[in-house]
Amino acid sequence: MIIAEEAHNPILPIWQELVVGTIAFLVLCWVLMKFVFPVMEKTFQARVDAIEGGIQRAEAAQAEANALLEQYKAQLSEARTEAARIRDEARADAEGIRADIQAQAQQERDRIIAAGREALAAERQTIVNELRAEIGTLAVDLAGKIVGESLEDEARRKGTVDRFLSDLAGAR
Amino acid sequence: MSLQLAPVADVPWPPSVDEFFPPGVGGSVWITKFTIMVWIAVALIILFFVLTQRNPKIVPTKAQWIGESMYGFVRNGIAKEVIGHEGPRFAPYLTTLFVFISFLNIFAIIPGFQISPSSHIAFPIILALLSYVIYWYQGAKKHGFLNYIKTSIVLPAPWWVQPILLPIELAQILIIRPVTLAVRLFANLFAGHLILLVFTLGGFVLLGTGNIGLAAVGVVSWGMALVMTLFEAGVALLQAYVFVLLTASYVQSSLADEH
Repeated sequence: MIIAEEAHNPILPIWQELVVGTIAFLVLCWVLMKFVFPVMEKTFQARVDAIEGGIQRAEAAQAEANALLEQYKAQLSEARTEAARIRDEARADAEGIRADIQAQAQQERDRIIAAGREALAAERQTIVNELRAEIGTLAVDLAGKIVGESLEDEARRKGTVDRFLSDLAGAR
Repeated sequence: MSLQLAPVADVPWPPSVDEFFPPGVGGSVWITKFTIMVWIAVALIILFFVLTQRNPKIVPTKAQWIGESMYGFVRNGIAKEVIGHEGPRFAPYLTTLFVFISFLNIFAIIPGFQISPSSHIAFPIILALLSYVIYWYQGAKKHGFLNYIKTSIVLPAPWWVQPILLPIELAQILIIRPVTLAVRLFANLFAGHLILLVFTLGGFVLLGTGNIGLAAVGVVSWGMALVMTLFEAGVALLQAYVFVLLTASYVQSSLADEH
């Protein structure tokens, strides 16, 4: 006891312990720093990647959904515009058709009326001509009968009758 | 004084420095309680980390998580916090240091061992010397050897303070830092063990007096030993933390551009 007490001073290191401690600690450092902590760093990184990857995936999905939504909206408004355009066109077409039909009908009516008039005029002309001839004959015949004498000679001079008739027409 | 005259038969009283130097196995100086504890610490730490990190998962198992928390604590709580963006580079060493010192210190209260290898100054000296080498190396690498000394010891102060300041700062980086690192750790664990001895052995001595009053004090003394054991657990971890924190801060000051 007393010998040991003189031998040991607690603030002087035992050199064997210095050697053992150094070796032991260096072994520990070597193993942990080579095989353990790099693995942990990798795990941390993988964890960060996993989390960030998840966030990125979610963001990508969100962006895609937004793009789709935009696309749908665009398509919808396009379709609306298209529908409106078609409606307008149809309306314009209908208007045009109606106008066409009206114009045609008008034309047709005018044509028919004109034809009617022409026919009427021709008919009248014919009748007038016929009547003219007939009246001339009748008048001469009648006048001959009334007078009792043949006026045929005189009648040959048709100018009288014609003049009369012309007067008649002029008076009318 | 009378207590010294009437100790219980097999309790050495008062506790002496010899309590810290139990004889080695077969009288060997290489294989002693202290060196065995160091090897046990190294073996258990390696075993724990290698086994739990053998197959790391993104979602960790409990054991893996414990190991990662130790590393994460030192990496983010000390290395990054104190050293800055270069901190993670030193995190593996600082974590090894932290775990090793914690383990050595905690031997102080583990039944069957109840003394820490850190109470032999040889082990703190090794660790302090390594910290010393590291901060000198980092400083010299970053600034160049002489320039590192210059940036470390020349402080912005009035010229008439410099004659006092320069030697102090030089002594700081040359001697004071490593010595205080080693002595702080050693002295805390040495004193802690001594306190436990005093209360535990004192209890035996007081009970052995045969005096009922002193025997009661002896029981209180054991109660104190219990309290001090819990206290030692705190000191063990705190000293490990302080050692690592200071090492980190020395490294930081080596890497710093200006004071």
